[in-house]
Amino acid sequence: MQLKVEHIDFRYTEKSPWILRDISLTIESGERVGIVGPSGCGKSTLAKIIAGYEKPTSGIVTIDGQPLPSKGMCPVQMIFQHPEYAVNPRWKMKKTLNECWQPGDELIQQMGIEKDWLNRWPAELSGGELQRFCIARVLSPDVKFLLCDEVTTMLDVITQAQIWQVLLENAKKNDYGMLIVTHNMALAEKVCTRIVSLGTDTNGL
Amino acid sequence: MEESKKTILEVKDLVVSFNMYKKGFRKEDLEVIHSLSIDVKEKEIVAIVGSSGSGKSILASAILGLLPGNAKTGGSIDYMGQPLDDVRRKQVLGTEIAYIPQSVDHLDPVMKVGPQVVGVHSTKEKQRKMFQKYQLDEKVEQMYPFQLSGGMARRVLISAAVLETPKLIIADEPTPGLSVDLAMETLKHFRKIADEGTGILLITHDIDLAFEVADRIAVFYAGTIVEISPTEDFKRGKEYLRHPYSQAFLAALPQNEFQPIPGTQPYAGNLPEGCLFANRCPYVSDRCSGEIPMREVRGGKVRCVNAT
Repeated sequence: MQLKVEHIDFRYTEKSPWILRDISLTIESGERVGIVGPSGCGKSTLAKIIAGYEKPTSGIVTIDGQPLPSKGMCPVQMIFQHPEYAVNPRWKMKKTLNECWQPGDELIQQMGIEKDWLNRWPAELSGGELQRFCIARVLSPDVKFLLCDEVTTMLDVITQAQIWQVLLENAKKNDYGMLIVTHNMALAEKVCTRIVSLGTDTNGL
Repeated sequence: MEESKKTILEVKDLVVSFNMYKKGFRKEDLEVIHSLSIDVKEKEIVAIVGSSGSGKSILASAILGLLPGNAKTGGSIDYMGQPLDDVRRKQVLGTEIAYIPQSVDHLDPVMKVGPQVVGVHSTKEKQRKMFQKYQLDEKVEQMYPFQLSGGMARRVLISAAVLETPKLIIADEPTPGLSVDLAMETLKHFRKIADEGTGILLITHDIDLAFEVADRIAVFYAGTIVEISPTEDFKRGKEYLRHPYSQAFLAALPQNEFQPIPGTQPYAGNLPEGCLFANRCPYVSDRCSGEIPMREVRGGKVRCVNAT
């Protein structure tokens, strides 16, 4: 499958400055594209547009030529930098985990999620623990593309390595195409198949 | 470590526990920091690295007296050889001891940034100079915290802390959100301040940056320090480290092997007897189930009975 981002322009209002100008990018299934660039250059905004959380001012995002579906589980899923803002604080973790699909025991174990965490509230878990839930809940076989926006920036390096191991394993198994936003060049070189930089000059994308 | 250097901060056998509701009205003490000792000498940067949720920020709060009301502490915290109690804190916080918080939420949301940075102890000239140094435009002075980008807010927090010349700086994750260049420059500035006599306790995730400037690195795990060693040893490679957790930590870096160890850090309410790392340790033996004291090994300190 092919995720195509074509000529995306974005700004918040008609008066505000352009955040993204004419961005085009293609991600194939099985490919892991790293996006690097200085803070504030629009990396996260681009990911949000691709996932359908923001509407581009102009341009279009398609999967195999079709626009993203507006109903059901979206085949493009995003994992956020701050898991504490990505879960419902009034849902117990079990409900959050099973919102879209039922992750198997094997995946839950692989993710390092302990049974006893399922009955806790989000506020009772650390960022690293929460992020494991946020990742497990999107690793469904129905998902085709994963957008990872600085997913391990807030975590310690052992948890980071653990999470990437599971992510890469599942990406291979389900043949996900991935977009990986990161500041960490060493990490990008380790996990990506291709790296593009998004800077003030974004025409080269 | 030369003996002649004055010790600025000395934390001995610190214990922090939170009194929390368990079920219904039943309360329980949750011990989150256990017999932790660390010291910071003048002209020294001590970096604290370690797993998320291991209590690094709680240590900072304990030193600064910022713990919430349901927290109980044990052990001692000495500043310049005298106990740092609430009376003393009033005198030294903001002048001799500066704090760089982890989150931008620590700024007053309804006060303009400029006056906020000047505070009660400093002057506008100093603030202008420091803003220039951190590439903050003069316009920023008139802005409110919500108008700042993450990187700008970070620079505002840092400039506020180093405005006066503190004797001790406690920096809780001062660099995320900054570009690599600016993070590097910030830490170089820290190094310069330290060389002029200040002691700095630098809590960070970014071990690369810690490598660049720290004199010693303390590794946190599950609420205590498992190893404190000279930065040199961390740079030379994992075989020079003493604790199996710090070795695993180094091996998990993307620029090294990027190889994780399985398992998670034990939950504070459910800690094992003896060594806290035993369930993930490849060298575990019967001796690991007893009390594990901190001991000196090859010029560093380690909390492991097997370390050589």
